[in-house]
Amino acid sequence: MNNYETVFILNPVLSDTQIKETVEKYEEFLVSRGAKMIAKEDWGLKKLAYPIQNKKSGFYHLFEFQAEGDVVGPLELEFRRDERFMRYLTVKLDKHAIAWAEKRRNRNKQKA
Amino acid sequence: MMSSIEQQAKGKKDSEIRYLTPLNIETTKNKKYCRFKKSGIKYVDYKDADFLLSFVNEQGKLLPRRLTGTSLKYQRKVATAVKRARHLALMPYVADLLK
Repeated sequence: MNNYETVFILNPVLSDTQIKETVEKYEEFLVSRGAKMIAKEDWGLKKLAYPIQNKKSGFYHLFEFQAEGDVVGPLELEFRRDERFMRYLTVKLDKHAIAWAEKRRNRNKQKA
Repeated sequence: MMSSIEQQAKGKKDSEIRYLTPLNIETTKNKKYCRFKKSGIKYVDYKDADFLLSFVNEQGKLLPRRLTGTSLKYQRKVATAVKRARHLALMPYVADLLK
């Protein structure tokens, strides 16, 4: 089992319900393949540093999950097929990154 | 015998100033250090664009270790973090007047 973190940017023209639907769909996708969700973050509508697909903003979401390595390939394939996705990035977390992610979560929790 | 520097300068015909003893000017610069090593940061987060901004110049280019003092081990991590942040449009690839 490895820890992974994936950040993706959704199309800003989607409605709130559509976004919720998409996020839930991929969460289920992960869980159905035996992944364990550790954290989810919704960064909301953010301005992009440069235009992607002629759009200046996008909905950012973050998943942190624990899974076997063979989950990432199919997940990214689905991302690529899905037109609602503008960008995605999946990174494998090493031990320092896991510690940092936990610290970051606690800090965010305290702020909220 | 001329005592002070001013008198010495006046004594010369042209404005060439010569000192017998070197002037006492502070020349020691602050030693650069690696901020990751110093404060014990082990992971460079690509999600924290504000922090990464301190490692790029106004055009959004990565600054060399020579200027920031980052050690090689962490410079590599900074570089990958900046590249990831750029991919996710948290930081620009090219910019002007970024700061």
